[in-house]
Amino acid sequence: MKLVTAILRPENLDKVREALCDVDIPGMTVTEVKGFGKQKGHTELYRGTEFTVEFVHKVKLEIAISNKNLDLLINTISDIARSGKKGDGKIFVTDIEKVVRIRTGETDHDAL
Amino acid sequence: MKKFILLALLPMTAFADVINGADTAWIMTSTALVLFMTLPGLALFYGGLVRSNNILSVLMQCFAIAGIVSILWFVAGYSLAFSGDNPFIGNLSNFMLAQVSIDSVSGSIPESLFAMFQMTFAIITPALIVGGFAERMKFSAVLLFSSIWLFVVYAPITHWVWGGGWLGDTLDYAGGTVVHITAGVAALVAAIVLGPRQEFLKKPIPPHNMTMTFIGAAMLWVGWFGFNGGSALSAGGDAAMAILATHISAAAGAMTWMFYEWVKFGKPTALGSVTGMVAGLGTITPASGFVGPAGALVIGIIAGAVCFNAVIMIKQKFKIDDSLDVFPVHGVGGICGTILVGFFASKELGIFSGQGGWGHEAIVISDQLQIQLTAVVATAAYTALATFVILKIIDVVTGLRVDSQTETQGLDLDSHGETGYNL
Repeated sequence: MKLVTAILRPENLDKVREALCDVDIPGMTVTEVKGFGKQKGHTELYRGTEFTVEFVHKVKLEIAISNKNLDLLINTISDIARSGKKGDGKIFVTDIEKVVRIRTGETDHDAL
Repeated sequence: MKKFILLALLPMTAFADVINGADTAWIMTSTALVLFMTLPGLALFYGGLVRSNNILSVLMQCFAIAGIVSILWFVAGYSLAFSGDNPFIGNLSNFMLAQVSIDSVSGSIPESLFAMFQMTFAIITPALIVGGFAERMKFSAVLLFSSIWLFVVYAPITHWVWGGGWLGDTLDYAGGTVVHITAGVAALVAAIVLGPRQEFLKKPIPPHNMTMTFIGAAMLWVGWFGFNGGSALSAGGDAAMAILATHISAAAGAMTWMFYEWVKFGKPTALGSVTGMVAGLGTITPASGFVGPAGALVIGIIAGAVCFNAVIMIKQKFKIDDSLDVFPVHGVGGICGTILVGFFASKELGIFSGQGGWGHEAIVISDQLQIQLTAVVATAAYTALATFVILKIIDVVTGLRVDSQTETQGLDLDSHGETGYNL
């Protein structure tokens, strides 16, 4: 079992969600986040004074998934979210030790 | 606004003593419009420009000023501005509006209405100054300052220009000197005396809600019809022409700033456009009832271009933290307008001609310009000096600034025990 954490452009969220529903991903958690990477920030101009906004708005997707579906998930996200420009985001994959479905008490693969 | 006094001095005062229903209805409407400029117009315009943890402090400062100035104006402010023959200050013969009864007439409207209309001007002027010291001044100091300033600066200068004082020949239709120069200069002095906000020029201090600022600015545009149109103190051609000139100048100021910014910095911004509009409105204020629409167009364009550069100069070159740019927009606009009306009131400029002076007599440009410049220098210099002294005294009595921890945390929680947003 893996936890896939993807940092994406906010405007790509809906497209990614639709594509993931089409390939039957069991669920996801979305958080609005701020940060910087290669894209750095952007500048805003108020009455001629320029401000650098150092942290860019992004969304963070967290999806728990079985090992066999991992590649499909990663490929789907990458294909949809890629514009080729700096700021498209990143995908991190980590191991999951245990999963529990609270309603039934099922664990691990049964709970995914 | 001074016209009624001149009319009252004419031999045919019989006409001036009768209340005119149309005039009264329009000035009542205008009174509401001018109050609407402060609450909620200016409060929202300023509120959106500060950070989210200071929003309530700005709304409360505008609101409390409206409350306290209303009472002080009723008690003594009106009397000090509009009674007696002294060239510098009125007297207290109208203390608590003692001489205003249901039958009192001022020009062709009830005097109670004239006092009330003037009250809304007395409210917005100190409220405008809030932009100069926003995000760092103690609430108690704000109230103390606004109250003293009303009596020491606003009432005397109103008397000089509109109340029969020594600057009575000045062409100032609705408050270029009385409102905008005094507010702008006072804001600048306050910004210097208080010193900059902690983050000024070190970290970004962006507006927290541009939608709020936009809504407030739009309310100012509408309210300004009452501010300038109402200053005719009647419901005739003067009022209509004042509104037309006001509107054209606002539009020209907004578009000038928008295109100027677009060319210079690459993008036409919402904040720039509405700021240009306010500049156009502030600048046309002294001129509104004296100039024609073509003159107003030129005035609006000049307002947009000059105030645009003034904002950048004050903040970036002189590094003065006039937080919400009161001086470069209102002060500089008021100065420009008070000078420009000396040209554009003239009847000899072809399509750019104006209506002439009070009572529409022809004016000689060179003579009038001297009068206008005298008024600009006198009001600016007196306001600067008096504001400085008032602030220094308050600094000793209560202190002016919140402590640095409060400033970092935001004024809302510390000064008012509330937060603007619980999301």
